[in-house]
Amino acid sequence: MLDDRRRKWFDGIVWTAATVYIAMLVDTAQAADHRYPVDNATYQSECGSCHVAYPPALLGAGTWREIMRGLDRHFGTDASIGESAQAQIKAYLEAGAGRSRGEVPTLRISDAAWFRKEHDGITAATWKSSAVGSPANCGACHRQADRGDFDERSLRVPAKEVR
Amino acid sequence: MRFRMPGALAALLLLAGAAAAEVPADYLRSLDAAAHENAAGFAGFSAARGAAWFASRHGTDWSCATCHTDNPLAGGRHATTGRSIAPLAPAANPERLSDTAKIEKWFKRNCTDVLGRACTPAEKGDVIAYLTSLKR
Repeated sequence: MLDDRRRKWFDGIVWTAATVYIAMLVDTAQAADHRYPVDNATYQSECGSCHVAYPPALLGAGTWREIMRGLDRHFGTDASIGESAQAQIKAYLEAGAGRSRGEVPTLRISDAAWFRKEHDGITAATWKSSAVGSPANCGACHRQADRGDFDERSLRVPAKEVR
Repeated sequence: MRFRMPGALAALLLLAGAAAAEVPADYLRSLDAAAHENAAGFAGFSAARGAAWFASRHGTDWSCATCHTDNPLAGGRHATTGRSIAPLAPAANPERLSDTAKIEKWFKRNCTDVLGRACTPAEKGDVIAYLTSLKR
């Protein structure tokens, strides 16, 4: 028979396993319909004014941490923000980071293996067309990207037109 | 009946303030004072100088107009990400230039990108004079 300490230990393992399992289920469910929550006003206004407020779930926590560490040199631009906004956004991104996404050394979502796989049918001409311009411009095809909705129902790839 | 004039007046003032959001006066005063300190002969901000500055490159690939277009009354587009940008002139977008912290935040970011350095108080004042001079 299990003594009290052993039982507590066992309970702890079961709870941890259950939590991880549920978290993975949530991740999978989100990935299945391609809708991810983007629900932080500071994040949306500070980061979303220059690019789509990318859903936190699209990158791992370590990658978000690296991005938030170097905002003054943010993919070639100065994206520095106030200290309190910085801390708040960092916490938000880490909390919502994708658990099964893995980290991206270049810090670019478009360099992630899953991103490349999902977009392997998109030609270079489409990426360069004036309607798209950059893989950062999610909204050019994913019409509801601002709401974190990347479902195929709201997907419309513009006609190819090289700039 | 109680006298309610102060309340009504306050509401009216608030409404007037909201309708015509202006560049914070103390911010403009501080820019003006700093510009005077930098150059003894400084004779006030100039919308014309601001317009020319807005359109020109300053040793980098970008000018202000690269993203905000030559017409700040219209919307623009981020040169790298393709994200649409709301109009910059207050006449077209009353929120613009109404909050000191936001003005300074964007000057810090965008001056680094376009000029490779911080903007001077005179440059800031000139471009604000230009943007606020634009009418629909």
